[in-house]
Amino acid sequence: MSLYGTDLLALLPELIVVLTACVVIALDPVTPASRRDLLAWLSVGALALCLGLTGWQISVENVRVSAFSDLVAIDAYARFWKVLLYSVTGVTIVLSLPYLKAERIHLGEYYGFILLALSGMLVMVSAVDLLTIYLGTELMSISLYVMTGLNRSKPRSLEASAKYFVLGAFSSGILLYGISLLYGLAGSTKLASIAGAIGTRGTEDPLVLIATILIAVGFSFKLAAVPFHMWTPDVYQGAPTSITAFLAVASKAASFAAFIRVFVEGLGGLKADWSILFLIISILTLVLGNVVAIVQTNIKRMLAYSSIVHAGYVLIGFVAAGRGDGASGGTPGLASVMMYLAIYSFMTLGAFAVIGMLRKGGMEGEEIEDFAGLAKRQPLAAFLMLVFMASLAGIPPTAGFIAKFYVFMAAVEAGLAWLAAVALIFAAVSAYYYMRVVMVMYMREPSSSSVAPPQLATSPALSFVLACAVAGVILFGLFPNPLVSFALQSVLTLK
Amino acid sequence: MVPLSAYVAVSAVLFIIGLLGVLIRRNFIIVLMSVEIMLNAANINLVAFSYYLESMAGQLVALFIIAIAAGEAAIGLAIIIVVFRGKISTNVDEMNLLKW
Repeated sequence: MSLYGTDLLALLPELIVVLTACVVIALDPVTPASRRDLLAWLSVGALALCLGLTGWQISVENVRVSAFSDLVAIDAYARFWKVLLYSVTGVTIVLSLPYLKAERIHLGEYYGFILLALSGMLVMVSAVDLLTIYLGTELMSISLYVMTGLNRSKPRSLEASAKYFVLGAFSSGILLYGISLLYGLAGSTKLASIAGAIGTRGTEDPLVLIATILIAVGFSFKLAAVPFHMWTPDVYQGAPTSITAFLAVASKAASFAAFIRVFVEGLGGLKADWSILFLIISILTLVLGNVVAIVQTNIKRMLAYSSIVHAGYVLIGFVAAGRGDGASGGTPGLASVMMYLAIYSFMTLGAFAVIGMLRKGGMEGEEIEDFAGLAKRQPLAAFLMLVFMASLAGIPPTAGFIAKFYVFMAAVEAGLAWLAAVALIFAAVSAYYYMRVVMVMYMREPSSSSVAPPQLATSPALSFVLACAVAGVILFGLFPNPLVSFALQSVLTLK
Repeated sequence: MVPLSAYVAVSAVLFIIGLLGVLIRRNFIIVLMSVEIMLNAANINLVAFSYYLESMAGQLVALFIIAIAAGEAAIGLAIIIVVFRGKISTNVDEMNLLKW
């Protein structure tokens, strides 16, 4: 077997990302500290190039290209996630620049690791073989373990890294055992063969069910769904804020992308079984995430629970896809999931960017109390936070409302109107803790004990990105059609 | 000839040992070892299935897993060393700065 040029060409964006990562890590020791920003801009440039390439593929011929004897397939579905992941990573790098300077962890490896994690995610979204899915997941996770602990002077960062590592490796072990059982059933790790084997063996086979449950548990850890969410708040709170944003957004999107492909393309024959399983998980996630988020005082921890809750909403769309019957059965559900994650990414990134900017006496202001009176001192930052919080709560006319609307519509169409009603009640509960942040910013005076009022660590590039995020959150809330049709056009390749 | 079920039984026992090890043991290094046991349980499955199904893919996957397990162990030990420097302890229960 030889490597064919067409295979490498199909993976050109991934190759560019990996190569840039290597160049950035290699150039780091020879770059003077004052010029480290150039490495970041090099990474952003490479991402823009990849975005251009993938965008060109989408506009010219959005067809399925298989490469490396069907280990990866670049199709419209993969391209949707790729576009999302490039943009999210680019934004993360831009928001890292001022944050890392303020925290004094300005390391060149940082950008290299972000790009390596991104390449793992790119493999995950286009993998159609359990081996490549596992490899992509590990490449992403191992880079993220390191990045979580990058703030070595802070014990919290190290502790978060240790916890993330233990639970991440544990979940990979469970996922892998499920993969080995599926291999035993199908004699192949390709998703198409597994779907065929399940078709012939029937869905009653206990081994099939055990393997499905193990894989569901392994992925639930990565998605941070209750009851496998324990690592999320600790890791989100301890990690540097820019990494928390990356974790909450990119790793979640990539995990969902791989998760959906495995369960729809590989285990689609079992959808009656897994839709019940994920129905229970999604309700548990909504209940626990919302209730615990109410009592949080640290905003990063509150957003961690919020990210758990959002995983619950996404799972509702996924359950609707599994329950939908007829020819177009799963399409509205899957399209709503993809849209939800795209919108979630931008509002969460925006919220974390504002938190990362907020400095209090040289330290990061992480408590919700630190936001007191922000509207008076930094009206613009407070307004941005207001928009992102309203969007996370799902209040119209923001994009968060559109995201929830399509998920609930998909649930109603799949005959799960009661589930949509339950989710709606919990959306109202969640408005309480998002609006509390807004209330603290606009209505409360800062307590007299706070010595130094919060300052902002910002840069022109970050302001530009934040402006784009706000514009996106509001514009997609008012005109969601382009995103809806993009998601619908990308979802069709899934059965 | 050893029947396939024997291999699967051994691997299931190893998997459960690893699972319980992660959940019960409180030393970070032993937790790491338990995770490695879980990965090796999957390897035994893959190689046994590969032999009985006469398909090479399983052995290939097992080789990949061995390589990744080495990388994961390296990262894990590096994290343990950095944490140990700060705390002089590898007990998981003493990592309690972050909770609720």
